[in-house]
Amino acid sequence: MKLNRRTFIGASAAAAASLHAPTVLAEGHGKPRVVVIGGGAGGATAARYLAKDSQGQLDVTLVEPSRTYVSCFFSNLYLGGFKDIEDISHTYGTLAAKYGINVVHDWAVDVDRESKVVTLAGGARLPYDKLILSPGIDFVEDAVDGWSIASQNAMPHAYKGGSQTELLKAQVMAMPEGGTFAMVAPPNPYRCPPGPYERVSMVAHVLKTTNPTAKIIVADPKEKFSKQALFEEGWGKHYSGMIDWIGADFGGGVVSVDPSAMTLTIDGEETKVDVCNVIPAMKAGRIAELAGVTDGNWAPVNAADMSTKADDDVYVLGDASRQGDMPKSGFSANAQAKVCANAVRGALTGSKVFPAKFSNTCWSLIAKDDGVKVGATYEATEEKIAKVDGFISATGEDRALRKTTYEESEGWYAGMTTDMFG
Amino acid sequence: MRAASTASLVAAAWLAAGAVGAAEGGDASVFARCAGCHEVGPAAKDRIGPHLNGLFGRRAGAHAGFAYSESMQRAGNDGLIWTAATLDAYIENPRALVSKTRMSFRGLASAQDRADLLAYLRRFSDDPSDLPEAEPTARGVDHDIDPSILALRGDPEYGEYLSAECVTCHRVDGGDTGIPSITRWPTEDFVVAMQAYKRALRPHPVMQMLAGRLSDEEIAALAAYFHEIK
Repeated sequence: MKLNRRTFIGASAAAAASLHAPTVLAEGHGKPRVVVIGGGAGGATAARYLAKDSQGQLDVTLVEPSRTYVSCFFSNLYLGGFKDIEDISHTYGTLAAKYGINVVHDWAVDVDRESKVVTLAGGARLPYDKLILSPGIDFVEDAVDGWSIASQNAMPHAYKGGSQTELLKAQVMAMPEGGTFAMVAPPNPYRCPPGPYERVSMVAHVLKTTNPTAKIIVADPKEKFSKQALFEEGWGKHYSGMIDWIGADFGGGVVSVDPSAMTLTIDGEETKVDVCNVIPAMKAGRIAELAGVTDGNWAPVNAADMSTKADDDVYVLGDASRQGDMPKSGFSANAQAKVCANAVRGALTGSKVFPAKFSNTCWSLIAKDDGVKVGATYEATEEKIAKVDGFISATGEDRALRKTTYEESEGWYAGMTTDMFG
Repeated sequence: MRAASTASLVAAAWLAAGAVGAAEGGDASVFARCAGCHEVGPAAKDRIGPHLNGLFGRRAGAHAGFAYSESMQRAGNDGLIWTAATLDAYIENPRALVSKTRMSFRGLASAQDRADLLAYLRRFSDDPSDLPEAEPTARGVDHDIDPSILALRGDPEYGEYLSAECVTCHRVDGGDTGIPSITRWPTEDFVVAMQAYKRALRPHPVMQMLAGRLSDEEIAALAAYFHEIK
């Protein structure tokens, strides 16, 4: 019988959980081994909590190709000139030095779930008792007619933090006077629902000073978007006449691009553009697919502990998972990681497993000192992670509140990255 | 559902309680305890504390020309409005509602004294006839924390697990840029503050939402954990 770690265990009954025997481990090694693939909001948090809370009882390996993590969250603030690239860049040194995590900078290229071994691009093989995948997103091929990953320099997605972010900013700064910035927005579901619209706001903020006659076109396959009323109010107030949002009702989903000619065609009408930010449809990061835990574009998971529907010993966190009602956000991935780490540690060491609790808040900056937020709490049901309660900033809020909200988001960024990297 | 229960809580305070007041507008003698710092009445000026004319219905930290604490300004920006219910909670335990208020006052424990004081202050607001009045003995006690809740001894290990939800924003190292510090608080102050969020007396949408679904035992567990954090 499966251990009932998915069962609700109240505080008073929690002691009973420790009576369950830990998962039986493979013969021939000492400490239980957890391999975490992906060092972002989900993976770094999971690795840190596992190492911190198990106090040496677990052997934790974190596999992440990049030596520097440039957060996708707050990268729009870099585009808007509110943050430097250094402000949103982080390294893994503390996770290794203070928490004893084995940080391996390599790509995971294969998962053998039968023998429970991960293979890295460099050839190394990492056996595991529990495997946590937090690979973020990849793009669906041929999602935007005319665009491929080969054309990401001409038309950046800038939807993974790093060189793409810097490239897009350089292109915005180099726009000719009165030029056109175009965005091809993604269909649902995608990473960071308000992200494209915060980005439009930040680009408008820059252009308003450097290039006030420039125009912004957004081709969107959706009929509505996250925090729409708040963004539209802000665009009218701060960037009147600059932004043209073309939703699905007006052909925003019928789009093709020509990266060599720098043209964007919306519903048959071709436009010459100076910058074209193509954010294609998304899917789970490739390793989730290679591990065979995806169904369609995403990996279905159990809400109580983020284990996959396909394999009790493989967990998927964050953007790559299909979990129910939570948005794909760094905050969500961080919340899921902590629930998962508690469950994995309980299964491997017999420590107490507490009931899953999730929450999310997403802040967006519309203009200087004009911050808004949306958030919700969630619980684990048999079927999914289900929304319990929520709130959203109101239109017409005064300046003082909007400034406080922005300052709060900066506080969150400091807290969040400390929670990830120690 | 939470919104509904909040609304009914407020309604209960205003209707059943009628909230504030002895007949003829309260007892000036209670105000003597405030008069070292605050003035009220036609010639009132700001002193150590702001003058208290027109207090009811005013947003916290919003009286022009007075230098409020950051904490009070933040409470006002978050939406704290001085009503019978919020003033009553503030006077009972100022730091439970506004953590780092500069008002150096321990609070009035007696519900009767608070009702008398508010009844008195109410006379100096614009439309006292619009403000509730009733016998102070009928005063609602919705926000008073049951001593049995304050007496709960939290499980720090459970608190540590629950704290994972807090430390996404609040820093464990006690840093307080943009987001207040919550480490090393006396456990009772922590519980009173969280209960004030849970009951939607203390403003802030995220905190009201998160505290709203924490049980009394869970709040006690968090208080125990954050009190001990190194």
